[in-house]
Amino acid sequence: MSLLRLEDINTFYGGIHALKGVSLEVNEGEIVTLIGSNGAGKSTTLKTISGQVKPKSGKIIYNGQDITNTPPHVTALTGIAHVPEGRRIFPRLTVKENLEMGAFSVKDKRVIEERMERVFHYFPRIKERLQQKGGTMSGGEQQMLAIGRALMMQPKLLMLDEPSMGLAPIIVEQIFEIIKELNEEGMTILLVEQNAFQALQIAHRGYVIQTGEIVMSGLGKDLLVNEQVREAYLA
Amino acid sequence: MINEVLHTLPQVLIDGLTLGAVYAIVALGYTMVYGILELINFAHGEIFMTGAFVGTAILLTFAGFGWLASMPALVALVLVLVVTSVVTGLLGMGIERVAYRPLRNAPKLITLITAIGVSFLLQDIVRFIAELKNGNYILTGPSLFSGQIGIKVSSISSIFNDASVKSSFFIVLIVAVIMMVTLDFFVNKTKWGMAMRAVAQDRETAALMSVNVNKVIALTFFIGSALGGATGVLFAIQYGTIDPYIGFILGLKAFTAAVLGGIGNIRGAMFGGILIGIMEMFAAANLPVISHGVLGAEYKDVFAFAILIIVLIFKPEGLFGKVSVEKV
Ligand SMILES: Nc1ncnc2c1ncn2[C@@H]1O[C@H](COP(=O)(O)OP(=O)(O)OP(=O)(O)O)[C@@H](O)[C@H]1O
Ligand SMILES: [Mg+2]
Repeated sequence: MSLLRLEDINTFYGGIHALKGVSLEVNEGEIVTLIGSNGAGKSTTLKTISGQVKPKSGKIIYNGQDITNTPPHVTALTGIAHVPEGRRIFPRLTVKENLEMGAFSVKDKRVIEERMERVFHYFPRIKERLQQKGGTMSGGEQQMLAIGRALMMQPKLLMLDEPSMGLAPIIVEQIFEIIKELNEEGMTILLVEQNAFQALQIAHRGYVIQTGEIVMSGLGKDLLVNEQVREAYLA
Repeated sequence: MINEVLHTLPQVLIDGLTLGAVYAIVALGYTMVYGILELINFAHGEIFMTGAFVGTAILLTFAGFGWLASMPALVALVLVLVVTSVVTGLLGMGIERVAYRPLRNAPKLITLITAIGVSFLLQDIVRFIAELKNGNYILTGPSLFSGQIGIKVSSISSIFNDASVKSSFFIVLIVAVIMMVTLDFFVNKTKWGMAMRAVAQDRETAALMSVNVNKVIALTFFIGSALGGATGVLFAIQYGTIDPYIGFILGLKAFTAAVLGGIGNIRGAMFGGILIGIMEMFAAANLPVISHGVLGAEYKDVFAFAILIIVLIFKPEGLFGKVSVEKV
């Protein structure tokens, strides 16, 4: 069943036509990856979904509802969590406060604590650093915190923008493991990556975006062995 | 010379603390708005001034009906503070909504010029209304706490002269401290305070956490302006006479205090305010002594702005400026 569907989305930054008729679909329970090189429009796709930028035309259907022009703070309430590119941890909030921000819409303190325990289960390292300022964490820790913060929203759809960026291979490995684990427990995931090889390995399906257009799509394992994909992104 | 300076020290400290508390709270308004929008809200000094007028107008009305005599001064004070805070809080929120929000994505300079425009507008509106109602835009309110209390500092050491304090001093100080402690608690310990800090640090990401950024910005303006307006009331109570232009210089000094404490830093603004208040009173009392009469007490203002310039040159991030430890 389709959880998220983009229909012919066109997004502009002033005169720059960043998304040129993007259509894609994410089904419930899937890991879908969107791969492409620098400036292809991957982040813009996620920003358009979460409402940070408004598309000029096209439709975004989530869970049967039209969320095309929904502002980001409302999109977040519908169960879409967006882990932005570059992690964007609140640098001068403590790690604990960063997590609490993820659960901003939750009133019940007990629920917040339960969710936090769940985050510690995935990222035990966060638990040891609760009182530290977010900005003083290492890159890998910040990425874990950014994902943990998104998990505090208990999203139905988790969108990750280049979680592997700038991280050591072993940390990337860990993070992709956790993405897989989250998915196996039922979370739907839309994963944006330049690291196409690793993304395609865990993804059920993938889309390839090039200068604002989807140029290819298919099963993760098929794209992984596709000649063109190998040449352009896996070389 | 040292002896002369020491003689007046107790009085300087008392007066400086009172004035400093006023600066501190007005500085909070500058620093909160700057922290969240990177906007120097020049109209904030005028919010303070408007608060002084609203408060005085309420007190004069009470007095006119003869209520003031039958009401304990403290009750009148609390009533006036609450009403004035709400009025100026809404005013600040309205200004943000009408004048600043449409310019949210415009170059900073344009918003800054708008803020200066709002300043003049408020001065003129208050002046117009005051003249209309009163025939004169200089207003003297009824005094609520007029007693003088002598403090026999000389009994501690004969170096010091005795100090004398209007009893309103304690009122100003206590109310100011309550406001600062409450704000500090709100910002650091409550959910909406945390949202405020989050929005100040990264507005886009805060929105992704389901925070309504416009609401948080409006709240920031409300709180800053409510505190500023209430401080206007305290000022009117302490110093008696007000005019529509008191917000200008005072606003600049409070802004200096905010810069001194590291603009955007709330505790820094409190500290900066107190420091500038004390230094200013120190200068007023001692400049003529130290300079052997060359510089009169009126040079005290130059003093505050000299501090501003020195801070901007040598420590532009202020005494407690944010240290950049952020990793990208
Ligand atoms: N705020 C902006 N203003 C103007 N142009 C922008 C803006 N953000 C992105 N663009 C442009 O839109 C296009 C798509 O950018 P986008 O950030 O979506 O790429 P990306 O695929 O995420 O790239 P990367 O892998 O480098 O993160 C690029 O040409 C970029 O220059
Ligand atoms: Mg990107």
